Amino acid sequence: MKVREIMKLLEAELLAGEENLDMEINSACGADLMSDVMAFVKDHVLLLTGLVSPQVIRTAEMMDIKVIVFVRGKNPPQNIIDLAKEKGITVLRTKHPMFISCGKLYSQGMIGRGVWD
Amino acid sequence: MGLSDGTIKMSFTILPDDLTAAGEASSSMKKMLNQLGVSPQLVKKAAIAMYEAEINAVIHGGGGIADIIIDGQKIEILIRDEGPGIPDLELAMQEGYSTASDEIREMGFGAGMGLPNMKRYSDELIIHSEVGKGTSVKIIVNFY
Ligand SMILES: Nc1ncnc2c1ncn2[C@@H]1O[C@H](COP(=O)(O)OP(=O)(O)OP(=O)(O)O)[C@@H](O)[C@H]1O
Ligand SMILES: [Mg+2]
Repeated sequence: MKVREIMKLLEAELLAGEENLDMEINSACGADLMSDVMAFVKDHVLLLTGLVSPQVIRTAEMMDIKVIVFVRGKNPPQNIIDLAKEKGITVLRTKHPMFISCGKLYSQGMIGRGVWD
Repeated sequence: MGLSDGTIKMSFTILPDDLTAAGEASSSMKKMLNQLGVSPQLVKKAAIAMYEAEINAVIHGGGGIADIIIDGQKIEILIRDEGPGIPDLELAMQEGYSTASDEIREMGFGAGMGLPNMKRYSDELIIHSEVGKGTSVKIIVNFY
């Protein structure tokens, strides 16, 4: 699924990183604890999180994750958006909560499991 | 910093209790590995393992020092702190074991997955810890 399709599906707003909109995403990881994200081994991953912290961007940077969705209408402050821009990471925001966001993606075929498979 | 025999050494200070800056050392190392043309898979392994150790030094160890040596064979990352130490290392290595406070958890850490992740992403992990003295974590990622 392309990032722009994900954006439409989640009725998400683009906060940074227009350059990745045509990137293909294979699997997704929804988590609020960053070490749980880092246990996730897959490529072309989308990260959904309710945590608003610069460490979300750092985690994505280390993991080569290029797209982050902040769920439940979370509003990341400018320093987080700037850090994402610096790292070439796309930041989206959706008003949908975590469960609904993941459900929408799953029902559209994003079912890639990531841990230890 | 490149040495004449092709070995590269880098050193960083890890500040205590500053989760905004945490990860900058790992980020610099990742940049260096990318510049050296190391394969993306190896860069990712080293970056994740070091980042977990760096975060632990910040939130559990009261800050510390990171020393990195890159030679033709491997990346060696040593992260040391003079914090409280780990009383039961075997327990600490278990997935899900964490002593992180609610405050740390609210900042996105405390899953108890950091040490298991370091183990998973490194080729060799050597930890020395002494209660009241501190902790040192050596992460080795081989190029071949
Ligand atoms: N440098 C350190 N100094 C003192 N204690 C440590 C250190 N590193 C780890 N520990 C102890 O080991 C436990 C497990 O560490 P680990 O990194 O696996 O999980 P965590 O840091 O609690 O959570 P996570 O890494 O998933 O965010 C910690 O909760 C802490 O009690
Ligand atoms: Mg940890």
